[in-house]
Amino acid sequence: MIYFKEYLKPKNLQEAYEVLTSKNAKIIGGATFLKLSNQSFETAIDLIDAKLDFIRESENEIEIGAMVTLSEFGDNPIISNLYNGFLKNITENILSFQMRNLITVGGTIFPKFGFSDLITGLLVLETEVHLYKNGKIRLEDFLNTKIQKDILEKITIKKKPLAVSFKNIKNSEYDFSIINIAVSKSENEVKIAVGARPAMAVLITKDLNFFEDIDKAVESLLNKIKFSDDLRASKIYRQKVCKALLKRALREVIQ
Amino acid sequence: MRIKLKVNNKTEEIDIEPHEILLDVLRKLGYYSVRRGCDTGMCGICTVLFDGKPIPSCSVFAARADGHEITTVEGLEDAKAFAKLLSEEGADQCGYCSPGLILNTVYLKKIGVKDLNKAKIKLIGNLCRCTGYESQHRAITKFLGVTK
Repeated sequence: MIYFKEYLKPKNLQEAYEVLTSKNAKIIGGATFLKLSNQSFETAIDLIDAKLDFIRESENEIEIGAMVTLSEFGDNPIISNLYNGFLKNITENILSFQMRNLITVGGTIFPKFGFSDLITGLLVLETEVHLYKNGKIRLEDFLNTKIQKDILEKITIKKKPLAVSFKNIKNSEYDFSIINIAVSKSENEVKIAVGARPAMAVLITKDLNFFEDIDKAVESLLNKIKFSDDLRASKIYRQKVCKALLKRALREVIQ
Repeated sequence: MRIKLKVNNKTEEIDIEPHEILLDVLRKLGYYSVRRGCDTGMCGICTVLFDGKPIPSCSVFAARADGHEITTVEGLEDAKAFAKLLSEEGADQCGYCSPGLILNTVYLKKIGVKDLNKAKIKLIGNLCRCTGYESQHRAITKFLGVTK
């Protein structure tokens, strides 16, 4: 259970940041799984009124506010049209419809959840994270930082000509993924993200030439990705499933 | 802290602890159709509409609902029509999951879902331990006017 003494809904990021840095405070994001965590702090900050629920498109990029829910994210025509619904298809299969009405994009990305399908998908696109204090950071770099006292304002996705694929496997329809994989191919580069290992997703970038023999390339890549055991699957199972999914995804985007 | 929210178009004011969960507060206010299930947002039993959208009330702080509109099954015009269909199809056995299912199905009708497969996908988070879902699907098919 989560305990706190004060619940604030700031109207803007400046107000939220002042509270975050002056008190023992936490941003609660979508605030799902309340009873599965055990935390106690002074002030909960809810960004529901901070006007971060926007999705905007410009010529070169798409901006998505941190408080956009996964339902809004998946239903939005801008997102639906991006890479033939690549991100829409990922978010549509995350947990249940009711939960997707609560889970926010920021609440998924900022805590760097290992099980996140969305982070894995975003990693193979050109995604940047915009933080109120630390500014703009590439998603892959953000995942390796230890920033905690900051606020995720929005993410931006650069529009590029890419072929993309996402694969995952779950124990049941609305469980978390046991393993998830995203692949993107530009003119001469391939990006591969592997998440739910169960640790946080990793990104590997290779020249297209590296994949002349996909079977060999996958063997070589698997040696560089660390997998572990958890309640959902063993390390060995993850390795074997990853190998099959990765080959399928690579064949989809390369051949 | 004191919050003010609209439940089924009726304004309610109540003193709560800042960390109290919406499910508990709604039951304190007497909305007993909102039932406790898994407490983790996964079973769909405690579903309410928050500003018109279905959410699991066990997974939201009541403080978030301050200034917002909540609809429970008591406040839905179409609830009785769907409940009658559930009864006719033998899909209302223990009935514990019915309020959540009714709220979600009425919402699906509102957004124009007429495809049973789409409805099934949207209702994945509504668990029922009695019916085996077939009888529910017959009732849903009739209620939504499923065309294929």
